[in-house]
Amino acid sequence: METEGFFVDGPGIFRAELERTRRERQARELSEKVTGAQSLVNSLEHAGVDVMFGIPGGAILPAYDPIFDSKIRHILVRHEQGAGHAATGYAQATGRVGVCIATSGPGATNLVTPLADAQMDSVPIVAITGQVPGPAIGTDAFQEADIRGITMPITKHNYLITDPDQIPAAISEAFHIASTGRPGPVLVDIAKDALQKMTTFTWPKQRVLAGYRLQLDPEASAINDAARLIAESKKPVFYVGGGVIKANASKELFRLAELVGAPVVTTLMARGAFPDSHPLHLGMPGMHGTVAAVTALQKADLLITLGARFDDRVTGKLSTFAVNAKVIHADIDPAEIGKNRFADVALIGDLKRTMVALVPALEREFAKSRPDLASWWKQMGGLRSTYPLGYDHPAEGLSPQYVIERIGAISGPDSIYCAGVGQHQMWASQFIKYEKPRTWLNSGGLGTMGYAVPAAMGAKVGAPDTPVWAIDGDGCFQMTNQELVTCAINKIPIKVAVINNESLGMVRQWQTLFYASRYSNTDLHSKRIPDFVKLADAMGCVGLRCESRDDVDATINKAMEINDAPVVIDFSVHRDAMVWPMVAAGTSNDDIMIARELAPDWGSQEL
Amino acid sequence: MALHTLAVLVENSPGVLARVASLFSRRGYNIDSLAVGPTEDPKISRMTIVLNLEGHALDQVSAQLFKLINVIGIQEMKPSESYERELLLVKVGSNGAALDEVAKRYGAKVVEKSENSVVVELVAESDVISALLSDLKPFGVKELVQSGAIALEKGVKTLTDRVRDEQGLSNPEEGNIGESSTADYQN
Ligand SMILES: Cc1ncc(C[n+]2csc(CCOP(=O)(O)OP(=O)(O)O)c2C)c(N)n1
Repeated sequence: METEGFFVDGPGIFRAELERTRRERQARELSEKVTGAQSLVNSLEHAGVDVMFGIPGGAILPAYDPIFDSKIRHILVRHEQGAGHAATGYAQATGRVGVCIATSGPGATNLVTPLADAQMDSVPIVAITGQVPGPAIGTDAFQEADIRGITMPITKHNYLITDPDQIPAAISEAFHIASTGRPGPVLVDIAKDALQKMTTFTWPKQRVLAGYRLQLDPEASAINDAARLIAESKKPVFYVGGGVIKANASKELFRLAELVGAPVVTTLMARGAFPDSHPLHLGMPGMHGTVAAVTALQKADLLITLGARFDDRVTGKLSTFAVNAKVIHADIDPAEIGKNRFADVALIGDLKRTMVALVPALEREFAKSRPDLASWWKQMGGLRSTYPLGYDHPAEGLSPQYVIERIGAISGPDSIYCAGVGQHQMWASQFIKYEKPRTWLNSGGLGTMGYAVPAAMGAKVGAPDTPVWAIDGDGCFQMTNQELVTCAINKIPIKVAVINNESLGMVRQWQTLFYASRYSNTDLHSKRIPDFVKLADAMGCVGLRCESRDDVDATINKAMEINDAPVVIDFSVHRDAMVWPMVAAGTSNDDIMIARELAPDWGSQEL
Repeated sequence: MALHTLAVLVENSPGVLARVASLFSRRGYNIDSLAVGPTEDPKISRMTIVLNLEGHALDQVSAQLFKLINVIGIQEMKPSESYERELLLVKVGSNGAALDEVAKRYGAKVVEKSENSVVVELVAESDVISALLSDLKPFGVKELVQSGAIALEKGVKTLTDRVRDEQGLSNPEEGNIGESSTADYQN
């Protein structure tokens, strides 16, 4: 494998271009003729791909012939959406680029949801799609869809390749773009005739991306400004987002947080970036965050924002969010700075480097004076102990929160947990204790129902020795469960806990609260149909059912023992459980409710 | 809200206009005009985008634009520091000395003249064009076509120079050169 050479981002373009032509010509003369398809597969191998998820079809079929002989493992999924989410699950669990592949038209459009999902959650995936032959493009040919046009707003970048000579460069660039800076999905659409034509394969020794520039090191002056703000602050909070996990910067966060001693909150995308067991951790902020985490942001005088993006689910009504706080905003994406909230200090750069740089700057500041956070901690610690997360056991039926809590306790912090979207997702975020990064996978930005099963499949492929759970809703599960067939056949033994409340629970919760309990079209009847145990069985999985609290541990333990097949547990839970606390959409975080019509008792808190 | 002009250097690659348009539509930015054309470098095109927005939103628009992989450089063209021009072609329904007089006053060119119609051409700043148009109204404007604005910075500096400076590439030969490796994207 070629590893030397040089790559150019930014306008070193001029010399680089010449150099490239010269080297490529040289190399080409040396290499032999292959098809574009073979060149694609060679490129993927050179890019370090070990697995891809996909489904063949006419336009991509030339590629499947060399795939047959490649050392890359190809996992044949049952729906392209599954391939996309599997690539995402793989990427989120391993930090490597996930790869999915599909044919033109419907194959490609089935990737739209996972691409949008990966874009919203900044997940590095590369999607390869076949396109109708070059001369047919634009003629409404059979299975033609302008997937490059369709995915422009939902990818970090995309390509349409009609010349086989451009395949290696496009693949090399795609992996580079997907995995560097703020990660994201890149789509490479390749015309069928480009796959069929003869070309020469040369893995590019250099990459010329004139418009792609990364700022990795924050400005020294900004680091000093940030350190000064932190040293002056009396009520600082670390507002930690998914960027910390993307940057593999949990250790650096740990060091920084302990140095400052300020409260830490981890957003839905950042669960696991900082240990839940750590005394500085106040939990998750946002719509279903803990009272302490929400209030800490709200009352802070300084937000130390690390790879988070002031999403509306965190800020509530923006104009009322953390009104007295100054903001330090650290992010690798300059466009996040000031997008939703003005930043007093912008730290544009790689989060790991940013945090490493902050430590000595802070030590210098702290040598002069150290803020006393005792009274801030008294307030926040008080809120944390007064308003812990909790739930009731219903008089009849099983509590969904209990089930999820037990799965976390039994399977432990080394397991990977993927969630669907809905109440079960929030409970999985709240009641499983995350201690490590890349153990909590979910669709935070797009909120994609159907994410859990295929994402768990991808995660398990990437981390075969780790127990991987999909905590799924009965609604979500019915969107993508066909990938259990893929899991069964390819020996990918994931464990699925269907939190069966026979409803589109989260929507039902909103109907309860905001639509006078008029349950329009949220009853799924899924305790009757389908029979999830039989369905599991039919798909080559082990199906288990659990209906009472007494059986919960035994059922989970049984699932833990099965490692040669996927397991599906139908946890029949009561349907009226609700996710609390809650900040209703569009309202202020100040109006957080801890139960229906029950606000925290602010009177007893000196805030 | 006020008008701001951005000069944007983009790679001359297929789909780049669609990317920019898609970004503006998705983020709800208000484009007043857009002009695209070649530059001194055949690999690079230049867009001039006139936007209607709050001043503080300009940084955000630039940052979002800059995220597009094909966008190489962006610079605001401030009115005091740049030349900004639009092209107007207008067909007017009447003839006569009075019309010639108006055209002359604006330095506009009469490019075609027949009994019942005159075609007038003007290259000027936006407000001059508007003024000419209102003075032409009495003559009966039958059809008009106008280009988006294009803008060039005053003085010796060029946008390409600036892009290089921004990179801290005192010597453009250097570029940002790094070793390639597989681990590069499989970390
Ligand atoms: C693809 C998609 N369609 C619709 C929604 C809207 N939605 C959000 S949560 C939810 C209900 C999910 O139900 P279920 O999977 O049973 O989970 P529960 O909330 O009951 O735990 C719906 C329909 C969505 N997020 N994604």
